[in-house]
Amino acid sequence: MKPTRITNGRIIDPANHRDETADLWFSGGKITAPQPDSDFDTIDAAGLVVTPGLIDIHVHLREPGQSHKETIASATRAAAAGGFTSVVAMPNTNPAADSAATISWIKEKAERTACVNVFPTGAITKGLKGEELAPYGALFHAGVVALTDDGHCVQNHEVMRRAVEYAKMFGLPVMDHCQDYSLVGDGIMHEGEWSLRLGLPGWPRAGEEIIVARNILLAELLDSPIHCQHISSAGSVRLLREARARGVKISGEACPHHIALTDASLAAFDSDFKMNPPLRTEADIDALVEGIADGTLTILCSDHAPHAAYEKEVEIDHAPFGITGLETQFAIFHDILVHKRRAIGLPRLIALYTSEPAALLKLDRGTLAEGAPADITLIDPALDWTFDKNQSQSLSKNTPFHGHTWRGRTVRTIVGGKTVWEK
Amino acid sequence: MTAWTRKDLTGLDELSTGEITFLLDTARAFKGVGERSLKKVPALRGKTLVNFFVEPSTRTRTSFEVAAMRLSADVVNISATASSLQKGETLKDTALNLQALRADIIVLRHSSPGSSKFLSQRLGSSIINAGDGAHEHPTQGLLDIFTIREKFGKIEGLHIAIVGDILFSRVARSNIFGLLKLGAKVTLVGPSTLVPKSFEKLGARVSHRIDDILADADVVNLLRIQHERQRKEYFPGLGEYISLFGLTKPRAEKLKPGCLVMHPGPINRGVEIDSDVADGKQSVILEQVTNGIAVRMAVLYACAGGAQIPAP
Repeated sequence: MKPTRITNGRIIDPANHRDETADLWFSGGKITAPQPDSDFDTIDAAGLVVTPGLIDIHVHLREPGQSHKETIASATRAAAAGGFTSVVAMPNTNPAADSAATISWIKEKAERTACVNVFPTGAITKGLKGEELAPYGALFHAGVVALTDDGHCVQNHEVMRRAVEYAKMFGLPVMDHCQDYSLVGDGIMHEGEWSLRLGLPGWPRAGEEIIVARNILLAELLDSPIHCQHISSAGSVRLLREARARGVKISGEACPHHIALTDASLAAFDSDFKMNPPLRTEADIDALVEGIADGTLTILCSDHAPHAAYEKEVEIDHAPFGITGLETQFAIFHDILVHKRRAIGLPRLIALYTSEPAALLKLDRGTLAEGAPADITLIDPALDWTFDKNQSQSLSKNTPFHGHTWRGRTVRTIVGGKTVWEK
Repeated sequence: MTAWTRKDLTGLDELSTGEITFLLDTARAFKGVGERSLKKVPALRGKTLVNFFVEPSTRTRTSFEVAAMRLSADVVNISATASSLQKGETLKDTALNLQALRADIIVLRHSSPGSSKFLSQRLGSSIINAGDGAHEHPTQGLLDIFTIREKFGKIEGLHIAIVGDILFSRVARSNIFGLLKLGAKVTLVGPSTLVPKSFEKLGARVSHRIDDILADADVVNLLRIQHERQRKEYFPGLGEYISLFGLTKPRAEKLKPGCLVMHPGPINRGVEIDSDVADGKQSVILEQVTNGIAVRMAVLYACAGGAQIPAP
């Protein structure tokens, strides 16, 4: 295969502290030194930004067991269309990803059907029940990159403590969906003025914060990393900031819907605005943006959670939590954080999607260093575009963002040197 | 006069002051029908109304049934146990089937907030909310407001106290939205767990001492305490509730002479209200039931019949 030169683009490669207009070469699926003497192909990236392939560390692929919602093939097509070259798969499948056999199945299916890299996570506890530890040794050797019970939260603090302690032996980061069951109960939306108005059961901020606080204390006790998933509340940001300043190995991630929408969106009882944790208030949005800007929240992700239309189109308290997000997340974050609020610059946005997640999960991705896999995303930061859910690559269309317009879009996705999506 | 252009009534929160007044005025015109010996007008002749009650209710269903019959509509009652929802059919599919039967009006009682809204967005039939979870019960709110307006000749400036389990009450919400739009002062009274301070964000006042409002209130509307649901984490028990919030006889004696005592029913005698007070001179509890029919006639007529007020 001929080498390829991407020319005229602005290369932003946070892992290597690069931000310059230069050529990028790749060949044989790897980033290479320039090979001007050979016969090569050219991709003209004038006006575009060339970055390491984006990584989404929070995706529900729905296989095995829920292929009516999404498949590894369809989810990775959506990932490619959203500029993502790697996705980290959550373990709440059917069966749950709590055994080496299921991890092997996922990897084998991804090998055959995925158009981007799939990195599976394993469950913290057997069956995501929060009671007995899953076999981390077997999961580690089967290739998981982290442990999480996402969709569920380990309620028993002793179980969580031993999970983090045991995972340390394998260097596996533990990621936690932070939700206290007794405080949240059957809550389905942010507890506040709108839940009172609509008569819907409230999901209070404290239901998240109390588990974030628990995780901080355990990370400190064990001197071992815990990553808090999909942070939604101002109080959680405050707790994380304070703990990180003290050097505690705690981190957090943010999702686009939590900074783009508020609980007032539930007024029409549309279940496409129902996700867990829920949409909160302007004050929480401001705190999340501030947390992203000051380095408290170090990773951005989608929490892509597809559900079939017939599952979502029911009474709102019966509808499952979750929305899709792979194809919209980059544009939303770019539009809000970089373009409108100027909270961070484009290089930091890229870092939050490349070098930061790669460092947390110890992936050999998120870099344009010579020898790294040729996972590359091209971005047009000036492009205004409108999202049409009917054009989505996902099998499911449960998104609150149909018809929204943003500035900035990924326009080409290259995985291992192969273009898997192009606008 | 504001013209009525909606096909549905899903809540009072979304109505304008003019729309609420229109329904109240229409109800006043219809109230006369119930006083006649021939209690029937042909306003909805040939229309089919389905009372679709996915949550048990006798009084609201009966009231809608009587209202529909007085308007000459044909009425079918479907309850949850008889419906296909028990067999796993979704609410949407059941409702589409009702529409395929050419139901002109579906009166829905359902435990899920927003369920009426959900159907109204998907069906051509008129959807009337007869109670959706803790969200709204707009015809109950309207009949309470109608009763108050009939007695005082106005709503603006009146002080209405609503006492009880506000947090889980759809009746309270519809009253709050409607009364505030019409200019009343609304005080919500009950334990801090069931009447959180955050209700002030909706424009109401919050009090945890019933004795503070007795001398000032023009209306005390008592909500049923649902002790069968045993919300043990919300209040310690009925005995304590009665002592702190029950409208006992000594408390009732402190009310202004013209103060109305209301209750959406069914009442728990000796719990939220003393038996003597329920039957006392200030009680308009049974008038509420009578007015409920007129209000529901007005709502059915407005949504499915036409926008003109019939001659009284």
